[in-house]
Amino acid sequence: MPAKEATEEGISQRARLAQVVNQHIVEIVSDSGEGAQTCGQMFGTISAKMGNGVWTVEIIPAEIEPPFRSRAGASGNRIRVGKGVVTNMGDQADLVVAFNEQVLYSRIDDNAIAKGAHILLESKWKEDRLPEIRAAYAEAMKDFEERGFIVHEVPMEEECLKVVSDPRRGKNMWILGMLSAIYERDVSLIDAELERKFKRKGKDVIQKNVDLVRAGYDWAGENVDLRFRIPVAPSDVPMVVMNGNTAVGLGVMAAGMELCSMYPITPATSASHYLAGSFQKVGGVVHQAEDEIAAIGFALGASYAGKTPVTITSGPGLALKTEFIGLAVMAELPLVIVDVQRGGPSTGLPTRVEQGDLLAALFASPGDAPKIVMAPATIEECFHFMVTARKLAESFRGPVMVLTDANLATGQQNFPRPEVKEEWIAPPVDQSPWDGEVRPYEWDETTGISQRPVPGQRGGNYVLTGLAHDEKSRVAYESAINQRAMEARSRKLAALRKTLKTPEVYGDEEGDLLVVGWGSTLGAIEEAVDRLRDEGQRVSSVHLRFLSPLEPGLREIFSKFKKVMTVEINYSDDPDGLGDARRYAQLAWMLRSETLVDVDCWSRVPGTPLAPGMIVDAVRSRLNAPAEIKRSQSAQ
Amino acid sequence: MDAAGAAAGFCLEDYEGGAPRWCPGCGDLAVLNALQRYVRDEQLPPEKIAVISGIGCSSRLPHYVKAYGFHGLHGRAFPVACGVRSRRPDLHIFVATGDGDCCAIGTAHWIHAIRYNMNMTIMLLDNNIYGLTKMQSSPTTGKGHYSNTHPGGAPLTPINPLMTTLSITNASFVAQTVDWNPPHLYATLAAAHKHRGTSFVRVLQRCPHFMSGYFDEMQKDPMLVRLLTHDKGIAIDDAVKKAFPNRAEHDPSDLAAALSFAGDPEAHPVGLLYSNEQAEHYDDFTAQGLGTDAKAKVAAIEKELDRFTI
Repeated sequence: MPAKEATEEGISQRARLAQVVNQHIVEIVSDSGEGAQTCGQMFGTISAKMGNGVWTVEIIPAEIEPPFRSRAGASGNRIRVGKGVVTNMGDQADLVVAFNEQVLYSRIDDNAIAKGAHILLESKWKEDRLPEIRAAYAEAMKDFEERGFIVHEVPMEEECLKVVSDPRRGKNMWILGMLSAIYERDVSLIDAELERKFKRKGKDVIQKNVDLVRAGYDWAGENVDLRFRIPVAPSDVPMVVMNGNTAVGLGVMAAGMELCSMYPITPATSASHYLAGSFQKVGGVVHQAEDEIAAIGFALGASYAGKTPVTITSGPGLALKTEFIGLAVMAELPLVIVDVQRGGPSTGLPTRVEQGDLLAALFASPGDAPKIVMAPATIEECFHFMVTARKLAESFRGPVMVLTDANLATGQQNFPRPEVKEEWIAPPVDQSPWDGEVRPYEWDETTGISQRPVPGQRGGNYVLTGLAHDEKSRVAYESAINQRAMEARSRKLAALRKTLKTPEVYGDEEGDLLVVGWGSTLGAIEEAVDRLRDEGQRVSSVHLRFLSPLEPGLREIFSKFKKVMTVEINYSDDPDGLGDARRYAQLAWMLRSETLVDVDCWSRVPGTPLAPGMIVDAVRSRLNAPAEIKRSQSAQ
Repeated sequence: MDAAGAAAGFCLEDYEGGAPRWCPGCGDLAVLNALQRYVRDEQLPPEKIAVISGIGCSSRLPHYVKAYGFHGLHGRAFPVACGVRSRRPDLHIFVATGDGDCCAIGTAHWIHAIRYNMNMTIMLLDNNIYGLTKMQSSPTTGKGHYSNTHPGGAPLTPINPLMTTLSITNASFVAQTVDWNPPHLYATLAAAHKHRGTSFVRVLQRCPHFMSGYFDEMQKDPMLVRLLTHDKGIAIDDAVKKAFPNRAEHDPSDLAAALSFAGDPEAHPVGLLYSNEQAEHYDDFTAQGLGTDAKAKVAAIEKELDRFTI
């Protein structure tokens, strides 16, 4: 290792070269199991600690252990670091660290790397003992140059061997050190993070990782001429950084729920993993059921007995739960259902993002089964919506669906630390005697809301049933009673809608085009709107959090724009000559029905979050299309 | 006896819900009657009783008991009952299910509910036929027996619910009784309720409407039924003994013998086949942290948030 002074001198010399940027997108990609994800997450955490905004996206191969050096096997992390708040993954990477040249191709195939991007590439393959590997490396180097990338060959393994005997375990920390030098990160923060992360593994492990980080940092100090400075603005309030699934888990606890009843399904399960490790400390339990149906059945048993639970699933699980969701609506049982959406239909794209479950969330039960459906748009909202969802489930006596997605679930963002309040916590189960005069479904004339007795309350006993029933919960086939009961359950949504605010428009309240979005696309849409407005386009956006009931005032808002268009991550036909056969995106479908406005849509199912640049292009193309050919022109 | 119940002095009417709407002569009536008499004798407060069922003729039972009831989905009584139990150790849980509900559409939950061994009494009202949907074969319908779905006779040998249940890891109480012997039915439910864990009671139950005469042979020829007796078994009086002259002493801790009695083609066992007080209770796991107050919860959540604070 070079002498300390010499290193510091080298670093300070290069610091003068630092290029100031408002934001940078960094990717670290490796074969699966080489630790690129850990490296990326830590780089994100350190950057957030220093006062940068961050948004991280996991790059996940479909298999647990795909073959090495495979184009489809890239595993890693994208970290977008910014001067202010970062709300989405951005467009293309500015700097990529690659453990081999082949994994880089999967990112090139996804169009994820900017022309002119810096590639820091493991150079050991150049001298591999297998001629075909040497040839592949040489060929790729030539190709990268032609593509306009700036490649820096880095002897990662060789340098790591100076510190540890098995470089496959530790290269990621060495790279973290290297990146810290390039982005002027405070390495003492990394030490603290390593201390916390490897506490259980002991001092030797911590020291080894500290040494690796330091070695990478020093090596870059001596050998890499790249320096990027992203201005920091440390927050004056305490901040947290986590992914959306952890935020959901924490929100479940902060809502005072005591039971998460689940069945393993990607990409939802990590929320339950988090809860399984922490729930006990706040007096709760995770029940891993024998299947998705049993998971919600178990939850509804607990709900019936007075404890509003959560069940967390993804699309295929939601499909299996629909009969019980219908029962929850019919029998008016409070329940929070989180659907971490992935690509569909069927098994679809298990690890990838999609917003394809909106209509299933609203309508997947047979018969008319009105229920509350909400969608957090940020990781912070993943936390707070759980508190709201539990309260709504109890106040409106029924299931509340919360739609997140794989983007929110695995992405990390920093946000102000929530101030948890005692009143958020569910009160103990009421066991006081029940007023026998009050019927178990005494539906209010206008709101449809009724109070429910809970087992243990003397005088409140009733037999809950999924059959049509009257206010006393007695099985009833009379037509008037069925009409009345359906009406009461429906009125609850109307009552909730009355309490909702009209959504705020982002940008001017009138213009040429209004983008309407929901869920995780908020950041990308608003960034796209900013860019379009900067170039003089009269574009605004509105983002919905409540999908059922829909937020009020939409027709009014839409009337101020020449064109209204949803942007969604689900499938729709482009307006390319299909005429009336064109199928619309799911929110567009709803809005057209709700508002009778000719709402257009632009949606894609790339299996990745939407980049702001994609939205900018789509809006531009719709705005520029002459009116007469609009209906027959493709979106892109 | 429950102290609160004793003071109140509950009588049979206090447990009588809606008038049963089963067919005249239905075996379900005997089960309802035995259950009501038992909870009356034990003076269980009605508000502390939860009767949970699926869908089918037998699953109408909660409607006829004046207590808290949950008449849910076809095949799904067990997960609901387990969920109720998970955070409510104070309730008395009785589950009514049928041969279609338990042994066909709800089979996955049957296996796992037995393994969970949470404190509840399961009554499998097995009439060997689908009644509510009008005479389709069930998994327990005898081979060759006519039904609307198998007009040429049921094609397969029926499933044996006793052997199935006995074979599930962590099974803790497996008994069989018959609807036409009320004292034995009563005594079996009593032993089941007093056992801590999941008590599985299969009741051979007559369906006079669709399976008229199906159990006649068993009723006429006492040698076709074998009463299992033991100090640790179901309490029996002389009248029960007299009704079942074919008897065998059987230690309910002997699983191998239980399986052999359950599978005996010569005689249907009646009595306690298996009991294991040492089985694990999943409710011990699911009840963790019960009663943690809001202040303690908030303090613990704050500590959790510390882990993510930058």
